[in-house]
Amino acid sequence: MKEVVLEVRDLVKTFILDGSALNAVDHVSFQVRSGEFVALVGPSGSGKTTLLSILAALLTQSSGEVFIDGHQLSAMNESQRVKLRRSRIGFTFQSNNLIPYLTAQENVEFMLRLNGTMGKVNRLRAEELLARLGLEGRLHSLPAQMSGGQQQRVAIARALIHNPAVVLADEPTASLDTERAMQVVQTFAGLIHENQRAGIMVTHDLRMCKYVDRILQMRDGKLVNEYKTRAEIEALAKGDH
Amino acid sequence: MRALSIATYLAFKEVWRNRGRFLLVSLVIALITLLVLFIAALGEGLANGNRQYVANLNAQLIVFLQKSDYIIASSQLQVDTVNQVRRVDGVAAAGPIYTASTEIESNRGPLKVSLLAAQPGQPGMPAVLSGRDFHGGDSREVVMDQNTALQTGIQIGEEITIRSTQGGTDEFFYLRVVGLTSNQSYYFQPTIFTSPETWENVKPQSAAELKDDTPYPNVIAVQLSNPTQINLMESRLLGQVQNIEVADIPTTINNIPGYSAQQGTVQTQGIFTLLIGVLVIGGFFQIQILQKVPQIGVLKAIGSSNATVGASAVIQIIIVTAMGVAIGGGLTYLFSLGFPPTIPLVFNGTNSLFAIIALMLIGPIGGLVSIIYAVRIEPLKALRLQ
Repeated sequence: MKEVVLEVRDLVKTFILDGSALNAVDHVSFQVRSGEFVALVGPSGSGKTTLLSILAALLTQSSGEVFIDGHQLSAMNESQRVKLRRSRIGFTFQSNNLIPYLTAQENVEFMLRLNGTMGKVNRLRAEELLARLGLEGRLHSLPAQMSGGQQQRVAIARALIHNPAVVLADEPTASLDTERAMQVVQTFAGLIHENQRAGIMVTHDLRMCKYVDRILQMRDGKLVNEYKTRAEIEALAKGDH
Repeated sequence: MRALSIATYLAFKEVWRNRGRFLLVSLVIALITLLVLFIAALGEGLANGNRQYVANLNAQLIVFLQKSDYIIASSQLQVDTVNQVRRVDGVAAAGPIYTASTEIESNRGPLKVSLLAAQPGQPGMPAVLSGRDFHGGDSREVVMDQNTALQTGIQIGEEITIRSTQGGTDEFFYLRVVGLTSNQSYYFQPTIFTSPETWENVKPQSAAELKDDTPYPNVIAVQLSNPTQINLMESRLLGQVQNIEVADIPTTINNIPGYSAQQGTVQTQGIFTLLIGVLVIGGFFQIQILQKVPQIGVLKAIGSSNATVGASAVIQIIIVTAMGVAIGGGLTYLFSLGFPPTIPLVFNGTNSLFAIIALMLIGPIGGLVSIIYAVRIEPLKALRLQ
């Protein structure tokens, strides 16, 4: 059994809207093990982005606990949370992921700089990772000189280069056409499996779930379904559920 | 330390990759620099024109007639006051100074000059750089400021013609130039120095004044045995010599008519130019930070600290400001080469240094609001803007 890298226990996030309390995340619990790629799906307003923000240490929960690689988020101050994001978490966002004035290679290497691990070996790793993602000819291109798919692949490389425990992806294919989106998710899944990271992808596009190991479905802040078997996942990805 | 190194890396990369945009801002700062340095040089030039003779006096105190409000032209002392001052314990030397304004007739046209008289070897008489001091008595000899010589083309050994109105008629006097001195501008006019007797005979005067041929000094320049005892000697002089008031050199300069108002005007112009600089830089960086909110959000989300983001903004502002000041300094130098010597521009090292320090500060001050804004950006909110 692989180790649990991410654990969520009875998590609640309450917002006050027009004087009334609303649970955007409502008593959610789950675990993700290393090498496991999990999709978080659900309609708009189901609480998946709020949940991802808490997992990313960008938002504090109202109650419950989150453990990332053994670190209890609620016990950490802001400075410790910044360090955790830098060293133990990898991110990709919907769009505008990259620093526009850094080249593809510099964007990836930036995570190494942040972590103080910028050396010859790691620079080579960054180049190799980008090459594996089909970007060997784009190392010195600025984001504005690359397509949306290429930018997302650079973001994936950046999310993985510093060997984080958890990789979080918020709608990573939202700005891509279906074919490119499929390629990006397939590559992402491959790297997560290969590098034994715990990956969580928020998506509203069920077709993207084809490459994940498990699907968590949310509605009104609650986890309402969990799809574990290959058959269930394939069926959901095809739109049978 | 790592935060600073990353901040520097980000700042340089962003400036380099957007060099066109940042260069434009630097050019605006360069123009402000040009303006500020020229205003500072003009201020110094105008100030020199007014005060140079007084500022370069080899004396620590000036004795005026009582109630003359420390204005040299308003003061006219009795002849024996000089000896009374010399007798005061602690006075090393005292020299009477006589001032008037007249006109030199030269081949290049008339030139208004300050006609000053002093006693060679006494305070008030500047050092002669070439030639010799004038002889005493009504020798009709003058020592001329180098600027006057340059503007008139007159050289040592030549005669100059002075035109003075005396008792309602224009009189012409011929004086021989026997020496040159430098940096002695007074009342914004070049100067010529002569003996008190010659001064009395050739200066412009009314019919009533013509009846008396005694030269009365306007002020007395006092050199102290101990130059640090200015306050003590001021009191001692006031106690021992009747009908006088005493001022140190800075007070005398500030009471030159128009001097303070002129310097105040020039300084206000300089301050307003710096203020415009603060607003321009502040505006630019505020707009830039507003455009970069999602990008800063990403930086923070992936683990950049507030210190990194803030330091990066500060370094960027310093780079842009330093580039602007360097370009502006270079432009100022090039322009100054082409200005005619009649325009009173004096690039004083200290003043220029203060102006450059002020210019270097306007960047961070102008960008302060944007730096605070950048540090306060919350990554989650910034990312939701995408």
